[in-house]
Amino acid sequence: MSGNEAMAEAAIKAGCFFYAGYPITPQNEIPAYMAKRMKEEKRVFIQAESELAAINMVFGAAAAGVRALTSSSSPGVSLKQEGISYMAGAQLPAVIINVMRGGPGLGNIASSQSDYFQATRGGGHGDYFTPVLAPFCAEEAAGLVMLGFDMADYYRTPVLILADAIVGQMMEPVVMPAKSDFKKKLPAKTWALSGAINREPNIVKSFFLKEGGLETHNRKLKEKWETIKNNEQRFSGYKTEDAKYLIVAYGSEARIALEAVDILRKEKIKAGLFRPISLWPYPEAGLQKCAKNIKNILVVEQSLGQMLDDVKLSLPGKDIKFLGKTGGGIPSVADIVKQVKKLVTRPT
Amino acid sequence: MKVKFTRPISLKEANTHYCSGCGHGISHRLVAEIIDELGLREKTIGVAPVGCAVVAYDYWNFDVCEAAHGRALAVATAIKRCKPDNFVFTYQGDGDLVSIGMAETFHTANRGENLACIFINNACYGMTGGQMAPTTLVGQATATTPWGRNPESKEGWPIRFSEILASLPGVAFAARASLSSPKEILKAREYIKKAFTNQLENKGFSIVEVLSPCPTVWQKSPVSAMKWIEEEMVKTFPLGIIKDK
Repeated sequence: MSGNEAMAEAAIKAGCFFYAGYPITPQNEIPAYMAKRMKEEKRVFIQAESELAAINMVFGAAAAGVRALTSSSSPGVSLKQEGISYMAGAQLPAVIINVMRGGPGLGNIASSQSDYFQATRGGGHGDYFTPVLAPFCAEEAAGLVMLGFDMADYYRTPVLILADAIVGQMMEPVVMPAKSDFKKKLPAKTWALSGAINREPNIVKSFFLKEGGLETHNRKLKEKWETIKNNEQRFSGYKTEDAKYLIVAYGSEARIALEAVDILRKEKIKAGLFRPISLWPYPEAGLQKCAKNIKNILVVEQSLGQMLDDVKLSLPGKDIKFLGKTGGGIPSVADIVKQVKKLVTRPT
Repeated sequence: MKVKFTRPISLKEANTHYCSGCGHGISHRLVAEIIDELGLREKTIGVAPVGCAVVAYDYWNFDVCEAAHGRALAVATAIKRCKPDNFVFTYQGDGDLVSIGMAETFHTANRGENLACIFINNACYGMTGGQMAPTTLVGQATATTPWGRNPESKEGWPIRFSEILASLPGVAFAARASLSSPKEILKAREYIKKAFTNQLENKGFSIVEVLSPCPTVWQKSPVSAMKWIEEEMVKTFPLGIIKDK
């Protein structure tokens, strides 16, 4: 199945009760799949009139206490930032899938990783972050959607799945995980709107007009972001133990880099791959440990260099090289091999 | 002695933040009275707008959800679809419902969502200091139409949105009332009750537009504001039932 279908089925398996979305390439397989499956499962599917409506429907579904999902691609996710900011403020859990395409503007429909800044720096207005999970294959995409729902419910926050067009469109065998690897017990949604029977009314809101009210609220949110930073840094490594040349890449680009590592190893060049899975929180501790004794670091992205900033922040003082293509350009296996070889031959 | 008049259970005891002569207090009370009357308080989920009524939850004694500006009906759509046994309504102003939220309003109505929508029309943006609203009357001076709204200057005409919505098959009930006199307030009450009952009977989308005074922005006394509704506003926004399917 395609990465898009794997994510949709994973949402069903995770108990997602509500989906709303608006057509945009390259994620159209998700609403098509959900339209069919949600009906079969007697759950709610709505084709919304816009991405704005879709994300605000997800806001409503989350406020009502059910698991809710929306999906889109870059230009559509820009529109959704309004609702994501409101959900972060109102502490509503939901999963938002972004199958990235080229930008800025209407850009194109080819694979891209140029929404990294938007995804990892809050994205909408206000002082907030959202957890961001980046899959590199269809099966992992499924697992991360399940994990996303659990994280969203546990921390009461919207969670972004940052996939790219290659991960979304690529067809491959998938062993659907039964559930996510999230171990913590999920709290009851006592804050949800269900009707004030035998309790005081519940209010879902992000508006704090009284002096100091918003500062107090935002400081509480900050504590939550710090907890997430401590608990949820996720990454994977490939042949990093004895690596002298470390490639850092995520999503479909990490898939490409994996092959480059194997080719370089065959030529006796000790290359390894560090692959962040959580982009926020950035797995800086893991990267620091992995890169401790490595001088040559190459960041590879389908962008002009966005994750590059986080690698530099994680590894201060290190000389970090960058290889990126933009606007639908994809650094190939050959590109990466060539770039690493340049590092091999450069004078130290 | 028999008690004839009390505060509805659905209304909290609170000091109002609304300006003197504002219509929100009356509309909040009408909503609360009808929810009490229909025995709905414990299954009600209200959706509050962006605008002066954003803090409606400070007054209403039932579950309330905030919504981004214009998106109340998108939020309400999802709540009602996920919780069909709950009673769900939105309470929105003219800028929220007819301007920034026109798409959400129109499409929610067109889907025939089983919702009630209370549409407060005061012909201006109250909270932000009295700018031109989509419902501002021709000739009406506002912060952004200092010489009066002039269609000749491409400032547009007041939009009769309830009539437009009534043309959609998904709309079960559309009516316009006014808060300008006790008689009209009782009519508003009747229409709101009809809209709420429609949802209980699964009839689809119901909207009640309420012409409501904003003396502060209109720069009128509370009494002359009511008079202005009766003498001016109703010429553009005629009262009565527009559609009852």
